[in-house]
Amino acid sequence: MRNVWIITKRELGAYFGTPLAYVFVVIFVALTGAFAFFIGNFFERGQADLQPFFSYHPWLYLLLVPAIAMRLWAEERKAGTIELLMTLPISTGEAIVGKFLAAWIFIGIALVLTFPMWITVNVLGNPDNGVILASYIGSFLMAGAFLAIGSCVSALTKNQVIAFIVAATICFLMVMSGLELVLGFFRSWAPSFIVDAIASMSFLNHFELISRGVITLPSLFFYFSIIVFFLFANAIIVEQRKAA
Amino acid sequence: MAVLVEADRLRKSFGPILAVEDISLKVEKGEVLGFLGPNGAGKSTTMKMLTGFLEPDTGRARICGISVADRPKEAKVKLGYLPEGAPAYGDMTPRSFLNFIAEIRGFDGASKFAHVDAALARTGLESVATQRIETLSKGYKRRVGIAQAILHDPPVLIMDEPTDGLDPNQKHHVRGLITEMAKDKAIIVSTHILEEVEAVCTRAVVIDHGRIVADGTAEDLQRRMHYHNAVAVRVAAAEAERLAAALAVLAGVASVERAEAINGHIRLRALPKPGASIAADVGALLRDQSIVVEELLVERGKLDDVFREITTSSEGSRHA
Repeated sequence: MRNVWIITKRELGAYFGTPLAYVFVVIFVALTGAFAFFIGNFFERGQADLQPFFSYHPWLYLLLVPAIAMRLWAEERKAGTIELLMTLPISTGEAIVGKFLAAWIFIGIALVLTFPMWITVNVLGNPDNGVILASYIGSFLMAGAFLAIGSCVSALTKNQVIAFIVAATICFLMVMSGLELVLGFFRSWAPSFIVDAIASMSFLNHFELISRGVITLPSLFFYFSIIVFFLFANAIIVEQRKAA
Repeated sequence: MAVLVEADRLRKSFGPILAVEDISLKVEKGEVLGFLGPNGAGKSTTMKMLTGFLEPDTGRARICGISVADRPKEAKVKLGYLPEGAPAYGDMTPRSFLNFIAEIRGFDGASKFAHVDAALARTGLESVATQRIETLSKGYKRRVGIAQAILHDPPVLIMDEPTDGLDPNQKHHVRGLITEMAKDKAIIVSTHILEEVEAVCTRAVVIDHGRIVADGTAEDLQRRMHYHNAVAVRVAAAEAERLAAALAVLAGVASVERAEAINGHIRLRALPKPGASIAADVGALLRDQSIVVEELLVERGKLDDVFREITTSSEGSRHA
């Protein structure tokens, strides 16, 4: 646990030691706001909630989270620092969790910095703050799931561009799997339980549920199991590279 | 003496490429082992297996008797490792980077700062301790890597080309550091700079095509050289014939080689019979015959030549 925290601390420092953190936070906050106001018609709806704000998070994450995740392992591999890291007295698991947590905390910070939206909606009306809190939690969990996928892909390559594209594609499919676009393709030939299974993998469905204020155990379980699964795969990939 | 590093029949291939075929070696406390070999001979791969970064296909590495494969964390505690190219996190400063290493190595509070300060001082990094590593010169970066490896004063130190890319002063400094630490550690240094072996190593292992082809002191290796203790004499071209004839009949001389004439001078080289020392005899001969000598030197057998001879001959025997 101590080692995990030391690595998390170092990684977080690395984010803020480069322009990456500031660029990311500014763009994230600006885009979430812009989407909410201009595409989500925040004012025109005349409703005191943050629905138009949160509903664009999956799409933003699709672009921004793989950008954060791509460097996690690919950069270490490219710079050769992975050799340094993996010959320190830490386990592979500690390194993976430490790096993941740092990136997750970082996205959490960006998410917290969207608080002016929350203030705005509270000034304009009386929103259900419980729902807003649930939405924030849901958004954060979804970011974690994207991140775990990105981290796992990043361990496969030393090329950050490849890591980005592959991770974004996988995340895109996970988001889309609840939509008719994807389901329709399966419905024509696959048995219904497979279609249901694919639909249940959808980030979007779980996120919509949570952002309506319904934090259900299956949704929590869904996000956490995605995170655990991909981090575990991440560990296997990193270990595998040792033997390769 | 305690054996601190042990490689037992290490073998590693990357797909179809056999990088390390079969390497076994032991390094005892107080030894500085020079790991020599041409590029691609398997030096770095062997070191990566010793440090647990790569898993050997077969064979076993032990650090202080601890199996690297079975108890990696414990083995790595005993180890300081400078990977090839001295990678470090460029966005950190030497001080913050070493703080991170010290924390991972389990130092806290005052002892953390003491260790970091000591490592900075030993490697002469104080003046750049607060600059970002990516802005440092190659020499300083290398020293950051060395500082990181010696920070916890490990019993085993493995360094992949510690002086590569350093200027002569920096090389001297690093070699001094290695010699200073040598007596209570087992140190492995890979290099292809042969003077380094003479300067710091108590033992040299030459590897080629993933196998050990020579093992001994620098002196031992030189002795294997054909030109060891040969005497080279440069004289005016007119005198060369007479001198060559006289040299050939000296008791200790096995043969005489002659080079092309350059600017009216010819260089003759008298090769001794095995074990014979002919310098004094050649000197006496030159005096007796009153030959004017432009240049006279006893060849030690340059380690470079030894190296070339060992590594190319093993290639020859392999293809034969």
